[in-house]
Amino acid sequence: MKADPKGVLTGAHFIDGDHACSEGALAAGCRFVAGYPITPSTEVVERIAERFPHIGGIFIQMEDEIASSIAIQGAVWGGKKAMTVTSGPGFSLMMEHIGYAAMTETPCVFVDVQRAGPSTGLPTQPAQGDMMQARWGSHGDYSIIALSPNSPQECFDLTIKAFNLSEQFRVPVMFMMDECVGHMIERVMIPPADEIEILPRRFYEGAKENYMLYHANGEMVPPMVKAGDGYNIHVTGLTHDERGYPSMTVATQEKLIPRLIDKIKLNEEKIADYREDQIEDAEIVVVTYGITSRTAIPAIEQARKEGLKVGHLRLIVVWPFPEKYIRSLASKVKAIVVPELNQGQVVLEVERCAAGKVPVKLVPHVGGTVHNPKDIYNAIISSNNQKAE
Amino acid sequence: MRTEIKIGGFGGQGVILSGDIIGRGASIYDNKFATMIQAFGPEARGSSCSAGVIVSPEAIAYPYITSPEVMIVMSQEAYTKFTPELATGGILITEEEMVSPHNLRKDVKHFSIPATRIAEELGKRMVLNIVMMGFTTAVTGLVDVEAMRKAVLVSVPKGTEELNMNAFNRGFEYGEKVMQN
Repeated sequence: MKADPKGVLTGAHFIDGDHACSEGALAAGCRFVAGYPITPSTEVVERIAERFPHIGGIFIQMEDEIASSIAIQGAVWGGKKAMTVTSGPGFSLMMEHIGYAAMTETPCVFVDVQRAGPSTGLPTQPAQGDMMQARWGSHGDYSIIALSPNSPQECFDLTIKAFNLSEQFRVPVMFMMDECVGHMIERVMIPPADEIEILPRRFYEGAKENYMLYHANGEMVPPMVKAGDGYNIHVTGLTHDERGYPSMTVATQEKLIPRLIDKIKLNEEKIADYREDQIEDAEIVVVTYGITSRTAIPAIEQARKEGLKVGHLRLIVVWPFPEKYIRSLASKVKAIVVPELNQGQVVLEVERCAAGKVPVKLVPHVGGTVHNPKDIYNAIISSNNQKAE
Repeated sequence: MRTEIKIGGFGGQGVILSGDIIGRGASIYDNKFATMIQAFGPEARGSSCSAGVIVSPEAIAYPYITSPEVMIVMSQEAYTKFTPELATGGILITEEEMVSPHNLRKDVKHFSIPATRIAEELGKRMVLNIVMMGFTTAVTGLVDVEAMRKAVLVSVPKGTEELNMNAFNRGFEYGEKVMQN
């Protein structure tokens, strides 16, 4: 299905990543946003609040992030596409409801414009410190999808993708921006509405009698209904059976939880999105995501000039982690370098998949600014000296 | 080649809008790439403020300014604070009556324009930044002049297009004269 032209601001714009994210959400069909504005994500909701009255959407500035993260789920069950927007401290408060969205299979988008933490940290400065929290922050076992844009253009394009993925798999999708990408201003090309592919919600249209809310009919993802359409529904965070009713038995848990995880895990390669640059003959591969994929480029180019065979793998989808790809990469190259604006998060996954086959070198950074490309260059050089034979 | 531009002044002079116009001109109307990052720390709320724009014929990887080749300065405080960052052999553009360029490095190519006075002659002191943009376009040649004119037109408030276009043209003509001498 094509995007509703009402929400699409076709043309060339010179805007920041936050505003581009808002436009991506509008183009994706998002018509409900609840949030508690927080630096450096405030511009996203500011623009949404300004634009919604013209296109027919509802923005609510809630009392806090806990309320925001559940209000959007009410809107989704009412039939809307919805998102909330925050930064680290607010993201922490939303964790309970991310688990609720995963458990109730409520498609929605959580935007986290990451800033340096922990706690209040450096509100106006970037980090990538919430990557593991995005994957594991809520209690219990569940799966989510997380995307990591590196430019305002991608804040637009990938926000649409985030909404589409959330509908396809009925999961909360984490949109992991950072302050640098959020406040960076670049050209953003917004195509005509009829060139934007939107995945509509898959609604159940069968009989109302004996309707079962979570009956997947042999598929991994059941269709949805809207509250108020005459189907009897019960949505709960308790372990539930196919009817949606609480059923606190091991048997129900054993049926439900693996499906919630497998619908993502078994589709890992389908969901995977990464960019390879000169990987084919590379001896050293730099694995990056988000803003770090840009700060690594001068370092990689410098090392290549000096004759080193350096490839660049950029993860756009960080969760689910592309396990199979990294496993096979680790058996082809001699060293992996992972720069991150944190003290080592996604590198743990790279190490797990490399399984000791090749050295994996973290280039950590506390955040507050981005990497100096020199530090990444030095890590490439030292990895070249220690690479596997 | 990647060119880094830093614009400094005090709040209300249109520092951020100036960066916006250069970036928009380059990336939307001149077939180039541009990345702009505005100071977003406590300095954005104080008296001096700055914007950094990178213009390049190729995609821009590293988004921050490290050693600007072009600096546009509209206040004395910004002059003192920012000029030490100017790259060797860089271009410094100042507002003539607001900035006295003392202890200026010998390697710097310095151009100045009484932009505030010109803006006042046009009837609105506010357009001094647009005068500076016209002047910058003439002395640096960084972005095509027609592209800059288009960027000015879409960036300024509706109803002020003519005034701003006059301001841009006055700055541009002043710059052309300076370059001829």
